[in-house]
Amino acid sequence: MPAPDEAVLARRGEIVAAMRAIVPGEGVIEKPDELRPYESDALTAYRQPPMVVVLPETTEQVAAILRWCHANRVKVVPRGAGTSLSGGALPLADGVLLGMARFNRILEVDYTDRLAVVQPGVTNLAITRAVEDEGFYYAPDPSSQIACTIGGNVAENSGGVHCLKYGLTTNNVLGVEFVTIEGEVLRLGGRGLEPAGLDLLGLIVGSEGLLGVVTEVTVRILPRPETARALLIGFSEVEGAGRCVADVIAAGIIPAGMEMMDKPAVHAAEAFVQVGYPLDVEALLIVELDGPAAECSHLLEEVEAVARANGAVSVRISTDDDERVAFWAGRKAAFPAAGRLAPDYLCMDGTIPRRRLPDVLTRMRVLSEQYGLAVINVFHAGDGNLHPLILYDANKPGELEQAEAFGADILRLCVEVGGVLTGEHGVGVEKRDLMPVMFTETDLAHQQRIKCAFDPELLLNPGKMFPVLHRCAELGSVHVHRGALPFPDLPRF
Amino acid sequence: MADAIRPDSADALAAIVAEAARDGTRLRLRGGGSKDAVGAPSPDARIVNMRGFSGVVDYDPPELVLTVKAGTPLAEVQALVAEKGQVLAFDPFDHGAILGGAVGEATIGGIVAAGVAGPTRVSRGAARDHLLGFVGISGRGERFVAGAKVVKNVTGYDLPKLITGSWGRLAAITELTLKVLPAPRLRLTLGVAGLDPAAAISAMTRAMGSSAEVSAAAHLQDWNGTPLTAIRLDGFPSSVEARAAILTQLVDGIAPLADGEAARLWPAIATAAPLPTGLPLWRIIAPAAQMAKVITAIDGAWLLDWAGGLLWLASEDDPQAIRAAAMQAGGHAMLVRADASMRAVVPALHPQPKALAALEERVRRAFDPAGVFETGRF
Repeated sequence: MPAPDEAVLARRGEIVAAMRAIVPGEGVIEKPDELRPYESDALTAYRQPPMVVVLPETTEQVAAILRWCHANRVKVVPRGAGTSLSGGALPLADGVLLGMARFNRILEVDYTDRLAVVQPGVTNLAITRAVEDEGFYYAPDPSSQIACTIGGNVAENSGGVHCLKYGLTTNNVLGVEFVTIEGEVLRLGGRGLEPAGLDLLGLIVGSEGLLGVVTEVTVRILPRPETARALLIGFSEVEGAGRCVADVIAAGIIPAGMEMMDKPAVHAAEAFVQVGYPLDVEALLIVELDGPAAECSHLLEEVEAVARANGAVSVRISTDDDERVAFWAGRKAAFPAAGRLAPDYLCMDGTIPRRRLPDVLTRMRVLSEQYGLAVINVFHAGDGNLHPLILYDANKPGELEQAEAFGADILRLCVEVGGVLTGEHGVGVEKRDLMPVMFTETDLAHQQRIKCAFDPELLLNPGKMFPVLHRCAELGSVHVHRGALPFPDLPRF
Repeated sequence: MADAIRPDSADALAAIVAEAARDGTRLRLRGGGSKDAVGAPSPDARIVNMRGFSGVVDYDPPELVLTVKAGTPLAEVQALVAEKGQVLAFDPFDHGAILGGAVGEATIGGIVAAGVAGPTRVSRGAARDHLLGFVGISGRGERFVAGAKVVKNVTGYDLPKLITGSWGRLAAITELTLKVLPAPRLRLTLGVAGLDPAAAISAMTRAMGSSAEVSAAAHLQDWNGTPLTAIRLDGFPSSVEARAAILTQLVDGIAPLADGEAARLWPAIATAAPLPTGLPLWRIIAPAAQMAKVITAIDGAWLLDWAGGLLWLASEDDPQAIRAAAMQAGGHAMLVRADASMRAVVPALHPQPKALAALEERVRRAFDPAGVFETGRF
């Protein structure tokens, strides 16, 4: 992270007082022991207590905080529930941590236009809870949905197991209210299907808290599918499972969810939750189909046939919803299950073209031997999003560094085969230094100039996403020819 | 307009843009020219013909990913994916018919640059939801890559969203990667005649909120002499049948249309074909619940798509009044078709509030500091 600015650290008392003037009472936290819960997000390998935590309750307070920090050149790190797996909410020693937890109200549900207007601190699952009695739900479902907030989902463009069919956060957000670092309150999008002008909404979603602070979100809600059923399919070789996934899609079927687990992941999950996973398989697929009952039963037959044709050694089809949920229980417990195999684990998040899966898994096994660290694999197979969990022990000297190096090699491998560094967790601190593996300096400069258009002083969440913090003046040079700017009639900023 | 230049490599195009930035030439990017008549005339701009960037780069159907050069005709792309049983699910259409030009000239780059999406947009998402990555030449004359060639990616800012619908004002797209999806095995359209706009919107809303999984829903003021509300179901035959039963419970008098009529209907809706061609044509996007008010406020011929969320309006009413009505409904209005004199004074894109316009301007300058792509068209 950027080295703390001593001059800002020296002004701590003044900064705390300014925050208290904006947010009275318990909304400002500054005692060292009370700052501790905020020192990391779900990427716990990185810890840094913030200078001060501010928990505003109104958009006006957010605007006043940002305006003050902008005028006083103080950095700001926004935070939702702190469930980021990429260090997106990692605090700065010389920065204000802007916690949005108090923005926890559902403002409106509109079943006519099928949308919900919510504050950013509302949890992902709470949106579904608020509309399920009317037969609706909010589709993106990151595994942390019980805790993660919709504001954090917007910042990270979160996915989930259902996003092949239903999209990521960005495909399910209609509008936001957001506050710029200058303290200006803007609305992007709204309740209609498309906003006017440039798609700045599409830019804000997934911008990892670097462009502004979202204070209200309008999401689409969908009618709950009539039924959902799942198949649990075992394969004696990973290649067969990979071909099965491709053939299901080639058959014109987009399942609601299609997950793969490798043998170590199956064993870990089964030991943890005992849901009856077959232990003699090299790869296990969970395929969920949703829709009208007639569609589900038809597609279950088709998927089963495809699975058999690709050498499936076991096929179970859920007969009721409890059984379907049990199929998922093991997959959803994969992370805590990994936590029982080793004191610590790193969760990676690359995406690859699915056809490269067998090759990538083989090379991952080689890397695993080289580093002497075990890896278990869960995989959003439908969209090619890998989640290798690298097992390590942070108490053994050097093992965290080894695990990180292993993780970096896996992500380089993902890019090498035509994939990307992150499918749904975000770049944050974790993958920041790997960005040049995927993007050239020119590519990155085109992204960073957007940062400059929103936040030229680089005060919002600096140190995330970009490997090198270029000053905006360096990036913004305009060709000057014969001493004259071209097009002198254009306004410039 | 000045003579067109037709580069055929990213390097050549980069050099053209860099030179234009130096010597103060403005560049208007052109694919097939199907949307030439959108926006203010820009006689001083030099045309860059993007058709030199043509052809398929990579297409692996089971990966659901297609990479093509931007100047490839839309019709070619659609035929290519259809051959593999897939579709561009955002339902893009050719503006040629709307604007009185030839049909079949539209390019995939132009579709993305204009964010064109048809009737199934209401259920499957817009062009922006299906653009995964692109290669572009920014106003700096630099080639850059954004997004990627896989269906799930959050690495860096989502520039594919930003470039979609930016109308050639940020960068020239030379190559793009789209998410493609399986084509439905069966399409069934059900229709009910004679509903007034409020009743039609209500029927479409009920259908969209049900488990019938509606693909598209539209209401025409005049189809064969009467109002028609049409709802389409796509999918596997057994599923479509079950969902059709749900719809018939939900909407009184709704019944399947003949295949031939349905096949004529949806392209007509996408291109607003039933509306008179001699009038200015507007595209108003607003929440469906508010759209009946817009219809009441404005004189003209119209049709509703996107379950009431999109109003195509052919009207000679005052542009200010039309935009005010759209805004009152929580939406905005784009002027799609008008004669050159009207287009010279009425902006095609709905003007933004001041603070937002300033931010947009800064974002445009980030890509195009010299204003190479600021032709005055928008």
